[in-house]
Amino acid sequence: MSRPIVLRGGRVIDPSCRRDERLDVLLIDGRVAELGRDLPAPDGGEDIDVAGLVVAPGLVDLHVHLREPGDEHKETITSGARAAVAGGFTSICAMPNTRPPIDDPAAVGFVRAEGERAGYARVYPVGAVSIGLKGEEMTEIGELVAAGAIAVTDDGRPVWDSGLARRTMEYTRAFDIPFFSHSEDLGLSGAGVMYEGSVSTALGLRGIPNAAEDVAVARECMIAELTGGQLHVLHVSTRGSVEVIRAAKARGVWVSAEVTPHHLALTDEAVRGYRTEAKMNPPLRSAADVQAVRDALVAGVIDCIATDHAPHHYEDKEREFDDAPFGVIGLETALGVSMRELVVGGRLDLIELIDRLSTRPARIARLPAGTLVEGSPADVVVIDPDERWVCDASRFLSLSRNTPFAGEELVGRVVMTLVGGRVVYDRRDDRKAAREGVEVT
Amino acid sequence: MTATVKFGKDLTGLEGLSVEQIATVLDVAEPFKEISERPIKKVPVLRGKTIVNLFYEPSTRTRVSFEFAEKRLSADTVNISGAGSSIVKGESLVDTARNLEAMRIDMVVIRHGSSGASQFLAERIPSNVINAGDGQHEHPTQGLLDMLTMRDQLGTLAGKKVCIVGDILHSRVARSNIWGLGKMGAELAVCGPPTLIPHGIEEMGVRVLKRIEEAIEWADVLNVLRLQLERMKAGYIPSLREYNRFFGLTVGKLEKAARDILILHPGPMNRGVEIDSQVADGPHSVILQQVTNGVAIRMAVLYLLAGGSPERAEAAKGGRRT
Ligand SMILES: [Zn+2]
Repeated sequence: MSRPIVLRGGRVIDPSCRRDERLDVLLIDGRVAELGRDLPAPDGGEDIDVAGLVVAPGLVDLHVHLREPGDEHKETITSGARAAVAGGFTSICAMPNTRPPIDDPAAVGFVRAEGERAGYARVYPVGAVSIGLKGEEMTEIGELVAAGAIAVTDDGRPVWDSGLARRTMEYTRAFDIPFFSHSEDLGLSGAGVMYEGSVSTALGLRGIPNAAEDVAVARECMIAELTGGQLHVLHVSTRGSVEVIRAAKARGVWVSAEVTPHHLALTDEAVRGYRTEAKMNPPLRSAADVQAVRDALVAGVIDCIATDHAPHHYEDKEREFDDAPFGVIGLETALGVSMRELVVGGRLDLIELIDRLSTRPARIARLPAGTLVEGSPADVVVIDPDERWVCDASRFLSLSRNTPFAGEELVGRVVMTLVGGRVVYDRRDDRKAAREGVEVT
Repeated sequence: MTATVKFGKDLTGLEGLSVEQIATVLDVAEPFKEISERPIKKVPVLRGKTIVNLFYEPSTRTRVSFEFAEKRLSADTVNISGAGSSIVKGESLVDTARNLEAMRIDMVVIRHGSSGASQFLAERIPSNVINAGDGQHEHPTQGLLDMLTMRDQLGTLAGKKVCIVGDILHSRVARSNIWGLGKMGAELAVCGPPTLIPHGIEEMGVRVLKRIEEAIEWADVLNVLRLQLERMKAGYIPSLREYNRFFGLTVGKLEKAARDILILHPGPMNRGVEIDSQVADGPHSVILQQVTNGVAIRMAVLYLLAGGSPERAEAAKGGRRT
């Protein structure tokens, strides 16, 4: 067991009990043992001064691609889990579109065991809906859940067969897990590589219309309504999807939704110059769509922020736009981008942002996270909310560098991350290493 | 033209050119036209320069036009094209760029199937890069030669009504025409099957005409695009016969025009599909003049990117010392 730790004098922000006050936090045996003023120094423990900093429940990311097995040159479970804690995430959900895909219990067990072995963020496997992600035969969803899967999805592609989507949303009810939907009508997205609009027309790039997402989200909501299953819509990016989800929620459909930091921050203008680091699926949309997803996040129509962290090797992105793969990384920039876009302008208070980055996503996937009440797991992030920093991709702990935010100023930075009461990331080590010119290993 | 008109390292599109730059290219092309009419069609303007014509897509027309332009300016040229060439086939564009840089090439003319490929190359090598067509993005020398041909016939481009007809969605020629003609003050329209009109085209300052009859009534110039036959297989149009009937430029439709309309086509033509033979070979067609002007425009572009001054183009052509 790790030594007891007191985080002393920080501003504790815990959306799960609407707490925002200056308190000491005592962590013992991997749990939050006590919150209070002027707690005594723990016996044989560590006393960490976090005055002036925010102490919050560790962030939860429902949507990351860790690339292992199959593409370990892009990311591994270990490197991804380590990048996660550098970004303040203590729980991450690993998508199953690896090579081979996570479509049987052994593969689920592998991801979970690798995550535990790495010892950074907690890694929760998401199982495949269909064998081989082919969209035909359903996987042994019960077995996947028994092995540790916390949701199912064919993310990377939609479950194009509406019949299979229906059976999935019915069958998952028996196991109390959500179906994560990558909502895309492939006939409408076609061979598109970016948002369809005046920028795609000027650049001569094939467009993806909003309708490709809107139609699919509508279908998913109708099927969720039919089945009573739990639907979670991944990476919502259009104003049309927002309206569909708003209406479905109003009817009482069991649906939640996430938005990525890049869809909150950027428009299709970022593609100009054929910048492949701005190529992702769903694509960066129009200013009106950005406005709509921001408003929806504020209003609660979109429940949470998730990164869709999608590492790609430098050489895979260093090519013609048509041929470059979709996807950007996000674990190490999510907090800084979200704070810049939402908190700085006053759209969300810090407690509301932490809610969207921790408490709500934890509830959607029923993870033991998103709270610092006494007795809960000691997964904690310490944030300097005022620090402005320039995103330097060369210093990422992720194995990949494909970020659209390189060189941009971000606001709010992770100082320290604890998982199970153990310090797994401490930026002071990072700075010390930088000063001494040694690589942090 | 004033001596202050400067050109960048590359020509990747007309979107990034100023009115003055476009006017300069058109003006400089005038003296170069004449060289092609002489018995000895050669001037020493680019002597000692090496130019690679890097053609990832087959295009005999454009490649030959560039090659004539290069040879008439006395450059040394190498063609690397399409099938059979390992530099094109097995190698990534970024590796090709590194190889070209290592070989100390002065200029690269690139034709590529992906939009943005010429800019990609231009950002990675010190040589001048000229876009000879990239995907569905731009084909700037085609746009310039179309403008030169229109200007020859109409005296000016300002205020003239130009309608581009056909597959606008997939056309780099259309985009270069729209940027270039728009800057030179022409009024622009496009006309074609709605499946082949791109989203957001109006934001480029273009009106969309639904039927070709409207285009004929409105336009001073019709620039008729080649219909790629694979568009039918991809489901954009049901049949070529139907395309010809509703969107093809036929004598029957053109007879109803209130005034003379200039007819352009970037070639190669599908006679009987987007244009009828009597129209293509008729009195208002300037299609062959486009081909002639193509060489002069490419000479002008090569000359200007190599650092030639607009004032000296007349002298360069004569081979006289000034
Ligand atoms: Zn997805």
